Amino acid sequence: MSNLNGLEAEVLAAVDAARDLAALDEVRVSALGKKGRITDLMKTLGTMAPDERKAFGAAVNQVKDRIAEAIAARKTTLEDEALEARLATERVDVTLPIAHQPAGRIHPVTQVTEECIEIFGAMGFSLAEGPDIEDDEHNFTALNFPPGHPAREMHDTFFLPPNATGEKVLLRTHTSPVQIRTMKGKTPPIRVIAPGRTYRCDSDQTHTPMFHQIEALVIDKDIHMGHLKATIEHFAAAFFEVEQVKIRFRPSFFPFTEPSAEVDIGCARSKDSIRIGQGDDWLEIMGCGMVHPNVIRNCGLDPDEWQGFAFGMGLDRIAMLKYGIPDLRAFFESDLRWLRHYGFAALDLPTLGGGLSR
Amino acid sequence: MKFTVNWLKEHLATDATATEIAEKLTAIGLEVENVDDRGATLAPFTVAHVLTAEQHPNADKLRLCTVDAGDGAPYQVVCGAPNARAGLKVVFARMGTTIPVNGMVLKPTAIRGVDSQGMMCSMREMGLGEDHDGIIELPQDAPVGAPFATILGLDDAVIDIAVTPNRQDCLGVAGIARDLAAAGLGTVKTPAIAKIPGTFPCPVSVTLTDEVKDGPCPIFTGRLIKGVKNGPSPAWLKNRLEAVGLRPISILVDITNLITYDRARPLHVFDAAKLSGGIHVRFGREGETVEGLDGKTHDVDGATIIIADDAGALGLGGIVGGVPSSVSEATVDVFVESAHFDPNVIAATGRRTGVQSDARHRFERGVDPKSALDGLELATRLILDLCGGAPSEVVVAGAFPADFPDQTFRPFRVEKLTGLEVPESEMQRILEKLGFGVTSTTMPWTVTVPSWRRDIEGEADLVEEIARITGLDKLPVEPMPSTSVVPVPALSPAQKRNRLSRRLLATRGMVETVNYSFIPESHAAAFGWSDPALKVANPISVEMAVMRPHLVPSLAAAAVRNAARGNTDLALFEVSGTYHGIAPKDQKTIAGGLRTGYTAPRQWQGGRRPVDVFDAKADVFALLAELGAPIANLTVAAEAPAWAHPGQSGAVKLGPKTVLATFGALHPRVARLLDLEGPAVFFEVDLDAIPAAKARASKEKGPLVLSDFQAVSRDFAFLADDTVSAENLMRAVRGADKVLITDVSVFDLYRGQGVPEGKVSVAVAIRLEPKDRTLSEQDIEAVSAKIVAAVAKATGATLRG
Repeated sequence: MSNLNGLEAEVLAAVDAARDLAALDEVRVSALGKKGRITDLMKTLGTMAPDERKAFGAAVNQVKDRIAEAIAARKTTLEDEALEARLATERVDVTLPIAHQPAGRIHPVTQVTEECIEIFGAMGFSLAEGPDIEDDEHNFTALNFPPGHPAREMHDTFFLPPNATGEKVLLRTHTSPVQIRTMKGKTPPIRVIAPGRTYRCDSDQTHTPMFHQIEALVIDKDIHMGHLKATIEHFAAAFFEVEQVKIRFRPSFFPFTEPSAEVDIGCARSKDSIRIGQGDDWLEIMGCGMVHPNVIRNCGLDPDEWQGFAFGMGLDRIAMLKYGIPDLRAFFESDLRWLRHYGFAALDLPTLGGGLSR
Repeated sequence: MKFTVNWLKEHLATDATATEIAEKLTAIGLEVENVDDRGATLAPFTVAHVLTAEQHPNADKLRLCTVDAGDGAPYQVVCGAPNARAGLKVVFARMGTTIPVNGMVLKPTAIRGVDSQGMMCSMREMGLGEDHDGIIELPQDAPVGAPFATILGLDDAVIDIAVTPNRQDCLGVAGIARDLAAAGLGTVKTPAIAKIPGTFPCPVSVTLTDEVKDGPCPIFTGRLIKGVKNGPSPAWLKNRLEAVGLRPISILVDITNLITYDRARPLHVFDAAKLSGGIHVRFGREGETVEGLDGKTHDVDGATIIIADDAGALGLGGIVGGVPSSVSEATVDVFVESAHFDPNVIAATGRRTGVQSDARHRFERGVDPKSALDGLELATRLILDLCGGAPSEVVVAGAFPADFPDQTFRPFRVEKLTGLEVPESEMQRILEKLGFGVTSTTMPWTVTVPSWRRDIEGEADLVEEIARITGLDKLPVEPMPSTSVVPVPALSPAQKRNRLSRRLLATRGMVETVNYSFIPESHAAAFGWSDPALKVANPISVEMAVMRPHLVPSLAAAAVRNAARGNTDLALFEVSGTYHGIAPKDQKTIAGGLRTGYTAPRQWQGGRRPVDVFDAKADVFALLAELGAPIANLTVAAEAPAWAHPGQSGAVKLGPKTVLATFGALHPRVARLLDLEGPAVFFEVDLDAIPAAKARASKEKGPLVLSDFQAVSRDFAFLADDTVSAENLMRAVRGADKVLITDVSVFDLYRGQGVPEGKVSVAVAIRLEPKDRTLSEQDIEAVSAKIVAAVAKATGATLRG
């Protein structure tokens, strides 16, 4: 028995002394392996008397279990140590900079166009379109601009060579020709908006030869100027994301509307910013009016039966106002620095439910 | 159109201030652009009396004055002006006043140890001139404490309004007064014009040719005034013209300008001594010229109305007079012209000659034809008053054009069109104040139109008159009836695609640009443009000459500009129009992109490389997949546009003809033309060419069918000729068993040792997904054999040993 105790102590000491998994395994084999010293002891059991065998067997088994336990414990310790050591070698500098995914941007004109579509869409408008290259008929004549009238000259038109029938071909000076295309192509009631590119040969600090407008047209039986005013008021409050805006209608003149008005929006001007929805200053944001009976007639409709309103607004301009963009010309210069600063993230999708802007 | 408040008040009895007048003008559609209220700026400067003026105790050139400003104890003022002396009436500014010339605010100060409590001002300090010799000396009877500007007549505010093209009647102060009176801002008191009888027959005859009389110049009136004395105008007339920005010339000319601004009635004066024979109004003849008073010589054509004498053309009728027949200081006999010209004829000649004159501005908008005789009589009155002389009888050639037709008017249309509730009596009042005549108030009303309102064409115009005078601030605010409780989509499927393509490209790291639709001619030509119909006739610069046939030149130009600012690694896109003809259908909506330089910034992990054609192809396929194009049916052909690198570009096609997209590297020659350096790859997707998704009855996605059997992957390496297209090879693989093979990919390409010259080793991975049973080794072998055979048949490639 004392041999057994000595052997246990010896083996346990060897287990403790094992410095790595291989050494530990050597200890295990030498003690518990097929030819191990404990195994050898087990083999001697057969030669013993039954009583002795029982007592000795139990003792050896206990020793065997304790050694196995010690080996397992030692193994866990050694494995942990080995893992610690490996992890230490696997350290990286987590403060190193990451590879940034290049972020795309959406142009402010696209963003505000989509904002307008959301708002007017909620008011029952759908989107209409027309070409940039127009004829004189759609851009002027059908819109009640008499030939040679000075109002045509106010438009600073870009011309292309005349078409095969000698008619003037031009770049549309406003989005209003879409009114004609819509009324000719659709049965009333009509409620459309038409955003798009427009062109005038004018270029200075506040004018670019190309810019963007959004047109709205409503044709129905009982739509009057009070509806127009409400539509603009509600649009302006929603677009500028303020509770209320002051709106002022000033009588004006456009050949294709009668009565006509220019619309001012209440704002507060300071040295370098304009705040919509505050203050006592006025800022012109659009022209509007009731569609001229001649225009309705030119589209094959009876102005005693059908009436409605139209307005046109500068998209670049309202983008500048809402987002504090100082220079119109920069819209079309495609300067990456400008686009990154004033542009919008790909997922900044304007919605009414989720908010037009962040 | 500029005028002064005092001038207006000659036509309008009103107590309104300049500010009130300006607000009302804007409210009735005569938009005020500027009010130069000199009286308000100068209001703090009042008349004061210098009580004492003594030598400053500490300075030789300064005086110490006591000044009575009429508001209590006298002020002590130190003054450096040589003319400061006791008894003078002066212009005085108290502490806190802003000095106009430099914006300085007066503060209490001590000058050489003596307190000074204000300032006596010079004209220069008032911003009223350069006179700085001394302080202003006011008349002795100037009342102490009164604003000095009134005493010198400098308090007349100048109002500048923008007159819309339909309101030529408001290009004269009388018309403005009429509108204001209708809007309740006073009563009209425009002086009546008396007829002045002639004392002798007019020796100058006037003839109109028939074609002129029939429309372009229906009436021409005139008279001779003998024995006038021309010269500089009196101060009141000079001041008036200068206040509205006109340069005084001589009494005779200044009178015509005065009446132009006062009554919107242009006139012309000839020196009768310089006329040979009678006046003839006729169309011009080729070769005639007019030496205009605008300092330019104008060619005349057959559409120009000419005022001529027996010797030839004198002036462009209704636009500008000529130098040789013009009046001068020496003029003794003057012939005054007051005629009517058709707006369209004047507008055409005006555009052709480019003359900007007050006469053209009015005539091309339409002068009141009835004012021809009144204008002549008013001019006569003023000439007789200011220059003396004796008037001839009036000569009239032609006749007044017919009155404008009466309008029918249904009062209910006012509320129907505007929502404004206006009593009928008020409607009648407004119309009559504006000069309309309501001759019948049985439904519908009959309304006569005054001769100065050629803009009135129908009922809607009358509605507008009533609305603008009533005030658009009274419009109701009434939401439109709702068309559906929950809004329906505003966008068509095609419009949704445009929107989606922008967002998709932005998620791929691309930056949206908006570029001009017109590009330089050389760029357009390099990108295949040749149609002269798409060249702008009046471009603003040569950089903006041709409607672009592609988006790539715009994007490339943007890239070049950015490169000049140090940004060379770019990913730009634009979704917009390209132009291929002048018909609406010739405008295409394209999503175009350009990537230049490197794929990413330098980074310690590496992974950066120059952009290549497959970056552009990846953009194309991401876009096409997002937009629902039938990806499986698309083919890619190595068909390059001429402006692309012939070996590194392709077209994505649906069927043999429809090209959905092109992509590739720019042709080096084109890149050089555009000044674009470094790697550059482009794509253009024709959004309109993508077939619309089929309309479906429901939004159901259909059931998910999953196989219960193990999927298997296999790799093959084919030895193929270098010219074999990967797409053909992959199609052959896929076609070997369309049911079992669910995915084919190329995972390696190898050329070099072990691969013969001219050949390439293409490593292909396939995935087999059995539907009804687990695949056996024999099944897989059988499919493999079919694949190898199909590839060999389609491409000649063999399995690599």
